[in-house]
Amino acid sequence: MTEAQQNHPMRSLLYIPGNNPGMLQNCAIYGSDAVIFDIEDSISISEKDAARKLVKHALTRLDFGRIRIVVRVNARDTDFFEADLEEIVPAKPHAIRLPKVDSAEDVLAADEIISRLEEKHGLPRGGIGVQAMLETARAIVNVNSIAASSRRLVGLTLGGQDLAADLGIRATKEGLELLYAKSAVVIAAKAYGLQAFDTVYTDVADLEGLRAQTAVGFSLGFSGKAAIHPSQIPVINSVYSPSEREVAKAAKVVAAAMEAEARGLGVISVDGKMVDAPVVSQARRTLELARLAGMEVPEL
Amino acid sequence: MNYTCVRNSLGRLVPIEIPGVGSLAPFSGAYSRLDGSYVWTPSPVEHRVPKITMNKVAASLRSAIERSGLQNGMTISFHHHLRNGDAIVGLVLAELEKMGFRDLTLAPSSLGDSHDCVADAIKKGVVTRLNTSGVRGEVGKAISNGLLASPAIIRSHGGRARAIEEGSLKIDVAFLGAPACDRLGNMTGVSGATACGALGYAMVDARYARHVIAVTDNLVAYPLSTKISVPQYLVDQVVVVDSIGDPSKIATGATRITRDPLQLYIAELGFKVIRAAGYLKRDCSFQTGGGGPSLAVARYVRDYMKANSIQGSYCIGGITGYMAEMLKEGLFRTLFDVQSFDASVTESIAHNSNHIEADASWYANPFNKGCLVNDLDVVVLAALDTDVDFNVDVLTGHDGVLRGASGGHSDTAAGAKLSLITIPSMRNGVPSIRERVQTVVTPGETVDVIVTERGIAVNPRREDLLAALKDAGLPVKDIHQLKAEIEKITGIPDEIAFHDEIVGVVEYRDGTIIDSIRKIK
Repeated sequence: MTEAQQNHPMRSLLYIPGNNPGMLQNCAIYGSDAVIFDIEDSISISEKDAARKLVKHALTRLDFGRIRIVVRVNARDTDFFEADLEEIVPAKPHAIRLPKVDSAEDVLAADEIISRLEEKHGLPRGGIGVQAMLETARAIVNVNSIAASSRRLVGLTLGGQDLAADLGIRATKEGLELLYAKSAVVIAAKAYGLQAFDTVYTDVADLEGLRAQTAVGFSLGFSGKAAIHPSQIPVINSVYSPSEREVAKAAKVVAAAMEAEARGLGVISVDGKMVDAPVVSQARRTLELARLAGMEVPEL
Repeated sequence: MNYTCVRNSLGRLVPIEIPGVGSLAPFSGAYSRLDGSYVWTPSPVEHRVPKITMNKVAASLRSAIERSGLQNGMTISFHHHLRNGDAIVGLVLAELEKMGFRDLTLAPSSLGDSHDCVADAIKKGVVTRLNTSGVRGEVGKAISNGLLASPAIIRSHGGRARAIEEGSLKIDVAFLGAPACDRLGNMTGVSGATACGALGYAMVDARYARHVIAVTDNLVAYPLSTKISVPQYLVDQVVVVDSIGDPSKIATGATRITRDPLQLYIAELGFKVIRAAGYLKRDCSFQTGGGGPSLAVARYVRDYMKANSIQGSYCIGGITGYMAEMLKEGLFRTLFDVQSFDASVTESIAHNSNHIEADASWYANPFNKGCLVNDLDVVVLAALDTDVDFNVDVLTGHDGVLRGASGGHSDTAAGAKLSLITIPSMRNGVPSIRERVQTVVTPGETVDVIVTERGIAVNPRREDLLAALKDAGLPVKDIHQLKAEIEKITGIPDEIAFHDEIVGVVEYRDGTIIDSIRKIK
């Protein structure tokens, strides 16, 4: 796991079915910060091989520019899991999204296979991150140990639909029934320096509902949200983009931190007030988000 | 047959004479006849004064044809306002065949998906020459395979109106579909079961054809009300038939905004180009086609104009229900409607005095004293292919066979201050920006911007635009660079093989020949 990988902000992550060549080809143009090539739930059993091969070719042949590429493989308890990793890892996605993670063991098992494949193909060890998807009550109970399980882990997310099914509840548009699970994921992620990604909003026609749900996720502390249609991306990006005022403030904090460092000072002060390290790192993040959003960021 | 050819100013080999058509001038620049010095003289058309006691309503289609004086070798015309629902062309050609007619020139304003019957008529020798704006399906194949006795002449909508007014296209008998008509021939497209909206193309034929037959399935009490699009004094006969078309295919759903994310993305980029170029302001004028990304651009324009309380001057063209809504909302003061893309606008034409039915000459004829397109601010157009010189092909499919329509493409591109092509960078794996388009319909000098999902190319002639779009942070790329990026994904397709034989010519709006169409191998 590299520092850059872990900290690279992703406001929006667009799911693309792995068996659709046209969508794979065009996925980079819609303005999401990342795409998730899916070979799990959106792909029928009979299409798994084709999707896996197509995604591999897309990864090795197409130029996706600056966006991050994540591949959602099939779960560890399926027959496809190892074959997926064997095909996908050598194609070097930025991260593997691991579905139905119930315990630390699931992450460690993936980590072991990915490490072996990295070595076999001469790739830097730990270069490919893992995002763990928590989709059961048991996973939520184990969230802290999952978050602590592996240095390869870069993010946590939850699968809202599956989790609701496992809990025997109906998932609503507002998503209040998953409030505890969402908070648990966010807090565990923050505790271990991971990103936390909010679950998808399934009604693609309802952009207002999406905005409301995204805003709740943002306020809980999520760092980004998955999308299932390109039309959702601008909404998610706008909720997760800082305001101009926040950018200006962050720029001040970062500038002060740089100045303090240059002068060998341990104490950073902005407008006469002391700021500590977490505030500085949040300010850096705000600036990164602002750059992603195409906002003007002062030269520092 | 091979013809003596010269290279026109685009370097395309074009014939200088076609027997039976006459001498042809090569294209020499989009504005070369529009510098104020060009003079034209209409060639006269003979009109017979009807007997004062004549009953215009013919007993049957056959009787109307007999009374029209139509003979072998003559020219007949139709309008294409009934779009893919049109039944009249098929009905008339079948009757002409039964009556033993041969060697006719067919000169409709355009042909569409419902006109495979024309290919049969060509094969049987009923029709041997064709003048049209568009061709689809079997007709395109028939032309591309060289089944016509003489090259097809493809004209733009404005160019056709010009040719008719000049007399270079002389129509002997016009069969004009009338969704509502009275016994003296007053007709309109805004009422009846087969209502199609405006009759802008029919208006020109009615004015200039030697003999005019209104074909209707809806004979109403005299006088037709509330609107008369073609007045009785232009109409020789009226024929009543069972049905002139299929209403469900007249309204082809062109008003639906696409939900395809790729097309929406291109449309949004297109809108941003228009905004950055500074054209979306008070009194602006606008034209967009129906369907695909071009109509979707209207959605962004509409939202922007609403949010910024901008009222534009007018919209023209093929009018969709969407445009009629914008008129109703007060976003534009006037709609000029030559043809309606869906039947829902009939209500608006009939009852909103700012929704004006305009004939094809008023719309786009470059030789009259002021056509609408020449004053346009912005036009958003589609294309089948473009090239590095910004030339546009809207006729040739990727297999080299004709399957498109010239339409108002070259007219509006030449007239508008900003002409914008919205096009996916590739279709079915074939790149949309070529080194050289197969058939030039719209010359690059009249095209300002090509918008694809992989970047925006600005015509180097428009340095002002280039600067404005760059300032707005839009993804502007050199067209060669954009082409190369697309080809990295698609590769470069093999050239399609053609014979030397010329099977069609594309006439530019000013009557010069901009390109030749060759027989497919």
